[in-house]
Amino acid sequence: MAYKHIGKNFTPPDVRAKVTGKAKYSEDFRAEGMLFIKLLTSPMPNARVRNIDSSAALKMEGVVDILTAEDVPAMPVPQTQILTNNPKFVGDPILAIAAVDETTASNALEAIIIEYEPLPFVIDPLQSLYPGGVDAHDDGNVTQRMQPTQRIKWTARDFAAVGEDELPRGEPRDQWEYGDVDAGFESAAVVLDETFVVAGHSHHSMEPRSSFAYWENGKCYLHASSQSHTFNVPGFAAYVGIEPENMILIAEYCGGGFGSKGTAYPIASLSAHMSKKTGRPCMLRITRAEEYYLGSRRNGFQGNVKLAFRDDGKLIAADMYVVQQSGANDGFPDYMNAGGALSLVYTPEAMRWKGIPVATNTPITGAQRGPGQNQLACVMEPLMDKAAKELGVDRLVIREINATNNDSKYADKRIPVSSAYLREAIRNGAERFNWEEKKKQSGQRNGTKVTGIGVGQAFHPAGATGFDGLVSITPDGKVHVHTGVGNLGTYSYASTSRISAEVLGCSWENVVIERGDSRRNLPWNLGQFGSNTSFTMTRTNYVGAMDAKMKLLEIAAMDLGGIAEDYDVGGDKVFSKADPTQNLTLAQAAQRAIELGGKYDGHEMNEDMHAITKASVTALAGTALVGAAKDTLPSEGMAIALASAFMKIELDTETGKYEILEYVGTADCGTVVHPQGLEHQIRGGGVMGIGMAGLERIVYDPQNGLPANVGFHQSKPPSYLDVPAEMDVGYVDKPDPSNPVGARGIGEPLLGCAASALLSAISDALGGVYFNRTPVVPDMIINALADRPQSYKTLQMSNQ
Amino acid sequence: MAPEPTIEQTTEGIPLDSPDSNDRVARRTFIKSVIASGAVASSGGLMLVGLSGCSEDAAPAAGSVERLVTLRVNGRDRPVDVLPNETLAMTLRYKLGLTGTKLSCDRGECGACTVTIDDVAHNSCSTLTHSVRGRAVTTIEGLEQPDGTLHPVQQAMIDELGPQCGFCTPGQIMSGVALLKTNPSPTREEARQAMAGNLCRCGAYDHYLNSIMRAARTT
Repeated sequence: MAYKHIGKNFTPPDVRAKVTGKAKYSEDFRAEGMLFIKLLTSPMPNARVRNIDSSAALKMEGVVDILTAEDVPAMPVPQTQILTNNPKFVGDPILAIAAVDETTASNALEAIIIEYEPLPFVIDPLQSLYPGGVDAHDDGNVTQRMQPTQRIKWTARDFAAVGEDELPRGEPRDQWEYGDVDAGFESAAVVLDETFVVAGHSHHSMEPRSSFAYWENGKCYLHASSQSHTFNVPGFAAYVGIEPENMILIAEYCGGGFGSKGTAYPIASLSAHMSKKTGRPCMLRITRAEEYYLGSRRNGFQGNVKLAFRDDGKLIAADMYVVQQSGANDGFPDYMNAGGALSLVYTPEAMRWKGIPVATNTPITGAQRGPGQNQLACVMEPLMDKAAKELGVDRLVIREINATNNDSKYADKRIPVSSAYLREAIRNGAERFNWEEKKKQSGQRNGTKVTGIGVGQAFHPAGATGFDGLVSITPDGKVHVHTGVGNLGTYSYASTSRISAEVLGCSWENVVIERGDSRRNLPWNLGQFGSNTSFTMTRTNYVGAMDAKMKLLEIAAMDLGGIAEDYDVGGDKVFSKADPTQNLTLAQAAQRAIELGGKYDGHEMNEDMHAITKASVTALAGTALVGAAKDTLPSEGMAIALASAFMKIELDTETGKYEILEYVGTADCGTVVHPQGLEHQIRGGGVMGIGMAGLERIVYDPQNGLPANVGFHQSKPPSYLDVPAEMDVGYVDKPDPSNPVGARGIGEPLLGCAASALLSAISDALGGVYFNRTPVVPDMIINALADRPQSYKTLQMSNQ
Repeated sequence: MAPEPTIEQTTEGIPLDSPDSNDRVARRTFIKSVIASGAVASSGGLMLVGLSGCSEDAAPAAGSVERLVTLRVNGRDRPVDVLPNETLAMTLRYKLGLTGTKLSCDRGECGACTVTIDDVAHNSCSTLTHSVRGRAVTTIEGLEQPDGTLHPVQQAMIDELGPQCGFCTPGQIMSGVALLKTNPSPTREEARQAMAGNLCRCGAYDHYLNSIMRAARTT
């Protein structure tokens, strides 16, 4: 289909502010009389606060007030607390001081005397599963999002049944199965039985989650770093303890989130609580070290997977067990996502999956770009190489024969997909990379250096339905697309708004995007996470614009005669199909809508929309032609995002270091809505993937539970010099049937495909050494090359 | 925009400073001053006392006295009260209202706070404000012409869609501006090396390099 806006590049309206320094992030706001807050955080991984003596601190000149756990709402355990007297990790906030400046607040913290009762703590999930192992929480050791904590211990028999280097298969929290798994293993040509570890790592958002808040007329004005907008209003309101309608969220820019700012988080509310108590505007600047404590991290995995292959490379059965390091909160179901991803990406005919998320006294975890799916990619892709090698099958052939397609199903519920073209993505990438030629270079020596060729794939669900679209046309003729989706930096808030211009036949210059501030009358939209925006928001902006279009046609028929079907929109007008000179400009039609009132100008509206949308429509009523509707468009199957990656590296056999010489990333995300934005995501995901596979891991001192990496230098997010100077991109560009323009989301698997391609390339350079461990760091490579034992035990986690 | 020589004065009216005054503040002195201010809290970040214009009852803490100095920022003389241990990033952000300069790590690891001082890129989080008296400081806000014309690096960042989230972008641009000042026609590899001190978690490196190379072609 020919589009005027979809599939074309454009200049997103927020980019100029980003390059001139005018873009305001939460820490860039000021107010007269503002106070500064400093946090006192736990020095111990598990403790109980016995007593707090703040008398000396509060007498200090310039100190205004203090907040402790008693002053803020308590969240149901094991959710992350705003402040706590029962800290569960080093860095858990205990209290906060507000003063006229930060140094004064900081000096006051030094004057506070806290009596702690240290408690036993646990860092490694398996140690918590031992009989009598330490529980991270008072009431148990197994936590799951929004569920009560459980206590699960494995038996001595479970541990004794396997060697030290194997994963015991004790009682899981969750499990499922489809097909005849045991029969698959009996008939297999090759069976792999592999124990693996994937390290957790931080999100490293460049903008620490600082917040600034003040109150006016009973409403809380909160400047917070948030990937999402209206979706996070109820959450932030709950942390502040007010109704959503009293929360004015200002979040026009978000300096990176990667999942960690996708939903509301507790610490942002602290500035609001302090402001309420002191009656003054309050700024909480989060330091980089605090961001490592409170900014979330990816869940780590310890696991085992058994894979049964037919002689042609088809995966006939899979059996997976994942133990998840969930940190000190309720985490995120990465372990579940990993099982689902295996079932969909590699399409085993039968599969069994078990998993258990174990709480640890380590900082909070949460969704990070491809939560579970990307750990799974790191586990599986090197193993696909290993199976190919054992079977004597080409590494691309084994991926193509197993590649998910339009008939594939997800997990035990066998959920269908709306469309899937992984094979096409692999072929697109292989062609761009010149796989046939490149694979001949595998293992070639150049002095101390050896070439490795890698390939990777990844997946994530990519879309949702049921949210509200809102478009208004003002009497000046401007089309306002109200979007509550948020701005995490992908420009998808803007590219998905362009469908409204497509539907209304108006020029892009005539469109104003209303966003970033609750006062701009925003509709109820899903947040910017889960790779959903391209799919979800094209649907909602489509239905909002279609509602406005119907009203334009009806108004034209009323004023110019005939029926609505006699009219169409285009060129910023609504006109008669028979005689285009018979027309109304959008400005005239908007004026008429206001005169007509009722449904035309927002005085009446559809009842099925969310309360937040209804409030916005009510606020707009009488000022514009208002188009507002809930997305009830048909949708069949799960919208998904798929990606593949190819990599050529040169590995130095003397140092264990490698350079990535070539990278090709390809995406299957339906119709491409914004090519430049998509290319940005493919490359940026690639950079993050290189970090996950080769650089980043969280490390703790096992004796004291202290984190070893609380800064960029220690945590190693990739720099310019860790990634190729140029990265090539490709895409399939086949429309999805469940979206009005054929779009699906994409963000997350673009990390996993790159991470797994790098692991594949390293193993290839080493002639088939499969570490079953992520990240692979130079000392592991050197030990492998020298045929020395590794410095870690197979299942050891977080202290290497 | 050539930096003009200025006469800097303390509150006592004594002329101060040559353009190389930066050399006088050794790292050791810097660290000692930070320790003396009590700013080495568990959380690590550097802090600021007595934020002018923010808080009317802000009294200077004992042992830390502000001194009025004139800074040359974006081609203008800006009188400002500065503490001995105050970093340039904090002066710019909290006293001069120039919030385009971002703080991300506050310890010289990420480059988000990059500004140019006499056309050379510096981490303003790790530069003492007193050390830049008499020198030309340029921030992201100082690149745009009064008629709205952008610096070629800024314009190229729009054309190539350089930023993603945008938080590291001002620092990336200032590093790029400094690079093109000394090397107007860098190779891509030279640009990559010159930009290596600026982290970007979105991974926009390729697009930033495209922007720098485009700017080099258009100037």
